[in-house]
Amino acid sequence: MKTIRIGSGAGYSGDRIEPAVELAEKGDIAYLVFECLAERTIAIAQQAKLADPATGFDPLLIDRMKAVLGPCRRNGIRIITNMGAANPLAAATRVRDLAAEMGLGPLKIAAISGDDVLAPLTSGPYRITETGETVSDMGDRLVSANAYLGAAPLVEALRGGADVVITGRVADPALFLAPMIYEFGWSMDDWTRLGKGTVVGHLLECAGQVTGGYFAHPGRKDVRDLARLGFPIAEVSDDGDAVITKVAGSGGAVTERTCKEQLLYEIHDPARYLTPDVVADLSRVSVRQIAPDRVAVSGAGGHPRPDTLKVSVGYIDGFIGEGQMSYAGPDALARARLALAIVADRLRITGVAAGELRFDLIGWNSILGEPGDDAAPPPEVRIRVAGRTTSMAEAVRIGNEVETLYTNGPASGGGATKSARRVVAMLSALLPRSEVTPSIVYVEA
Amino acid sequence: MKLIDIAHSRTGDKGDISNISVIAYDPADYPWIAREVTAERVKAHFAGIVTGEVQRYEIPSLSALNFVMQGALGGGVTRSLAQDAHGKCLSSAILELNIGDRP
Repeated sequence: MKTIRIGSGAGYSGDRIEPAVELAEKGDIAYLVFECLAERTIAIAQQAKLADPATGFDPLLIDRMKAVLGPCRRNGIRIITNMGAANPLAAATRVRDLAAEMGLGPLKIAAISGDDVLAPLTSGPYRITETGETVSDMGDRLVSANAYLGAAPLVEALRGGADVVITGRVADPALFLAPMIYEFGWSMDDWTRLGKGTVVGHLLECAGQVTGGYFAHPGRKDVRDLARLGFPIAEVSDDGDAVITKVAGSGGAVTERTCKEQLLYEIHDPARYLTPDVVADLSRVSVRQIAPDRVAVSGAGGHPRPDTLKVSVGYIDGFIGEGQMSYAGPDALARARLALAIVADRLRITGVAAGELRFDLIGWNSILGEPGDDAAPPPEVRIRVAGRTTSMAEAVRIGNEVETLYTNGPASGGGATKSARRVVAMLSALLPRSEVTPSIVYVEA
Repeated sequence: MKLIDIAHSRTGDKGDISNISVIAYDPADYPWIAREVTAERVKAHFAGIVTGEVQRYEIPSLSALNFVMQGALGGGVTRSLAQDAHGKCLSSAILELNIGDRP
């Protein structure tokens, strides 16, 4: 029976680069997929593109491509990635130039666009899912609106002979589903196979998270050699079932446990995992260790795809200012609490306009809230004050008030840091499929 | 006994919603976990962090439960003032639940 081997070269925009090179050189894979586009990244990329039309794609695009293009060309591996972010065509052009410089032509690159739906979303009666607000009422706070495209345009690009497929916003599992549909000739309404393939894509999309990353717990769940973590490979069969594995000799582990954790990662109702291509059903999935670092995944299903596409909407939410400072030794907690009280007073006295403020004691209550009465006082505590403002100038004042504790606050406070940033935040909306028209442009080196 | 002795867990984030899986190491312990670790207990465990509803899904084929917690991420991962905006740390915290003695 025919199987195809698909590798996952990145789980997020800033991920390690060498594991992808290892996959390209030793993974015996036919496809190398890079999922690098977090929700907010595309909104920030959209702003970069507005400032300079030649930008707006992933900042590590060229570094990654420089590292893997050679071995991918030598081994006949096709690359699929959403590193096009807000500007797939500019990304494709840059990759073409890079391939030419490296003497790696001929190379056919497909740029897939059409996910930018800011115009139809703001001209229709569409509402924000989380708030119920009409999208067009958000006015100039809106930065971007990108629909999650499905696998179809990627399949078409593979049929068109693309060696590299570069997209913007595409559902993460669709990046992996596309080569399965293309290789096996699956029908776009074969919901069971599309569901199974989507689950395989879901397992791979965060790369090292299925091979032992985000998993290790010393003494309970030990994982070997995380500093050289190998990224995953799916060996997919025509029926959509798959074996998850990794390059022999790389760090990490593929076990039933790593696969189970990743299967449920970012899942809500496991029977209804919504994607543009299919409603995947994970509720009866099972995993079986068939050899070291080889786990068979079976039992996923699928139901007809949703009528609407999810849109992720980027908007300017304001600014966040933050400051931190450390206290250690005897009564560290008491001095840290005094420091927070002083900052709270200072923000009030000086009239810093923060709509929402947060006061944390890192090492004590900053993640899980106040510990129980029996908790031992920590030997070191770091205070953290964060606040939401409507201007950068106000945000800066928050960190400044923490920093002034050096000379105005409790005894022996040290290591102040401060930051202020503009916040582009994300909401979502739903758009009828008829409003979204994907397009493909090919560039060749 | 604590949940950490018989189960492992992972957290995922979407908007202001956090999901936490609880997976039995040994499938034989799954019915025990399913009986003890209810949506109500999880909501109480995360009181002060989770402001909305907690829904539980069962995945017996994986010996796993999945908890979906609304209003868990300080208003949303992209705008939260929290240090751990993604709620990545919550999966370790759920394993502190006390689940009594093995039946």
